[in-house]
Amino acid sequence: MHVAGLARLHMDEGDVERMATQLGTILAYVDTLKEVDTEGVAPMSHAVHLVNAMREDTVGEHLGVDIGLSGTEEKEDGHFLVPKIVG
Amino acid sequence: MDFETVIGLEVHVQLKTASKIFCSCSTAFGAGPNAHTCPVCLALPGSLPVLNKKAAEMAAKAVLATNCTLNRESRFDRKNYFYPDLPKAYQISQFAMPIGEHGWLDIEVEGRPEKKRIGITRIHMEEDAGKSSHDPFRPVSLVDLNRAGTPLIEVVSEPDMSSPAEAVAYLRQLHAIVRYLDVCDGNMEEGSFRCDANVSLRPKGETKLGTRTELKNLNSFRYIEKAIHYEIKRQESILRSGGKIIQETRLWDSVKNQSFSMRSKEEAHDYRYFPDPDLVPLVLDEDWIEELKKNLPELPEIRKARFMESLGLKGDDAATLTASRELADYFEACLEKCSNVRRCTSWVAVHLLGLLNARGLSIEKTPVSAKALGELLQLLEKGDINDKIAREVFEDMAKSGRPAEVIIREKGLSQVSDSSELEAAVQKVLEENPAEVEAYKGGKTKLMSFFMGKVMKATRGQANPKVVTELLQRMLG
Ligand SMILES: [Zn+2]
Repeated sequence: MHVAGLARLHMDEGDVERMATQLGTILAYVDTLKEVDTEGVAPMSHAVHLVNAMREDTVGEHLGVDIGLSGTEEKEDGHFLVPKIVG
Repeated sequence: MDFETVIGLEVHVQLKTASKIFCSCSTAFGAGPNAHTCPVCLALPGSLPVLNKKAAEMAAKAVLATNCTLNRESRFDRKNYFYPDLPKAYQISQFAMPIGEHGWLDIEVEGRPEKKRIGITRIHMEEDAGKSSHDPFRPVSLVDLNRAGTPLIEVVSEPDMSSPAEAVAYLRQLHAIVRYLDVCDGNMEEGSFRCDANVSLRPKGETKLGTRTELKNLNSFRYIEKAIHYEIKRQESILRSGGKIIQETRLWDSVKNQSFSMRSKEEAHDYRYFPDPDLVPLVLDEDWIEELKKNLPELPEIRKARFMESLGLKGDDAATLTASRELADYFEACLEKCSNVRRCTSWVAVHLLGLLNARGLSIEKTPVSAKALGELLQLLEKGDINDKIAREVFEDMAKSGRPAEVIIREKGLSQVSDSSELEAAVQKVLEENPAEVEAYKGGKTKLMSFFMGKVMKATRGQANPKVVTELLQRMLG
């Protein structure tokens, strides 16, 4: 609920119950993973052995404010309009 | 009970790349809202970030220049938090494997002979967030994502500083380093070099850290000093009256000269960092590192030491002249024209900086180039003009941009060193002031400067003072 609060998601009682069951399944799966013997295996973050995917520092094309904001109704003077977040 | 102050600093340094860290949008300041955006920095589904190589190199240079260990492999993580100026709802940062760690800077604080070593915990790369502005009348905020994805490095210090002066000395040095490296423009008002300060107090002798507050919005060295000073006093008065410090973020208000509570500090675990699967590790091989090391410029501390040792400059002057790379370059270019170190030092440190300060200009915008000033000093050195005239010419140069020689010729300011020409002027002064001549001969030798002044006035300041002194001594003797 704390994370939902931070993320500004609305959840009713039914949602909470359904999420609790789903999260329970996920946690059980993580427990299964814990049983694997990882002694002497370095932690990895990627399934592919790829490093240094980089681009040169050149300026490319911009989407432009019209297309950039075309996905939302909530806009004003080229800005995205959002509920006020203080601090 | 006496308290001791503990200060740690987090500095965000905006890297001077042309494009953003994970997309090819421009990083230029001042474009219309959301003009510099693309699917990556707008967080549109399906877009993928790709690391800017130049940003990685700039970060690596900063790591090398601050005595940090440059990690051969570093990785990117997602730092989750929920603000509309962060469209992905996470910031790409480096958490578990930053590009640099365990460095230090040796700082000098006025009035102390010894340098103090300030530890640097880590340096990591990350992307900047966008900008939201809050509507004062409606419950809405306006979001501009031009800045989202601008490359930053965050330099995190150890809590090793114990006074506002030490904090400022550390920041000034870090600022000079990133400017020397040419990885950051150093503009604090525009936010290219931003500092957050963690401040806490503890009873003297206590080793455990007290509860800290984080000060934000410190966009000049002066505000940083003031804000930390204010925070120390605030915490001290709370502790003395038996109160407790609340861990929080406080914003500095430079108009009211006060800080205000912003929000309670989110604990580290709230960010739920995890490796970003969209970005592969950054691996720096030996050849690449060698190349970066080879291209490091002479750093401010080393340049300062060289100015002191091989040029014989005093510590203060050396510090002033090496404060920025451009100024140090200017000074050395000036020296190429006029090899009198003392003369170049005082002209650059006093007259040139005085002029720039008066006009509110940075050294890059100087109206008198190093070559032009060097030429003026050359003429001064040769005795073509004296100091007073040189200052007059310098002022003209600053206004008109004309070279010294032209001004001197046009205004007829060349110094008169011809003794037969000057002899007449000296003779006239002595004749017009018989009482002073008597007094001088009676032992009031201090009157020498009186005669000198009169001769200078009569020659409109163009007489060579050395020749006049000789003439006066001979004719009065
Ligand atoms: Zn972009």
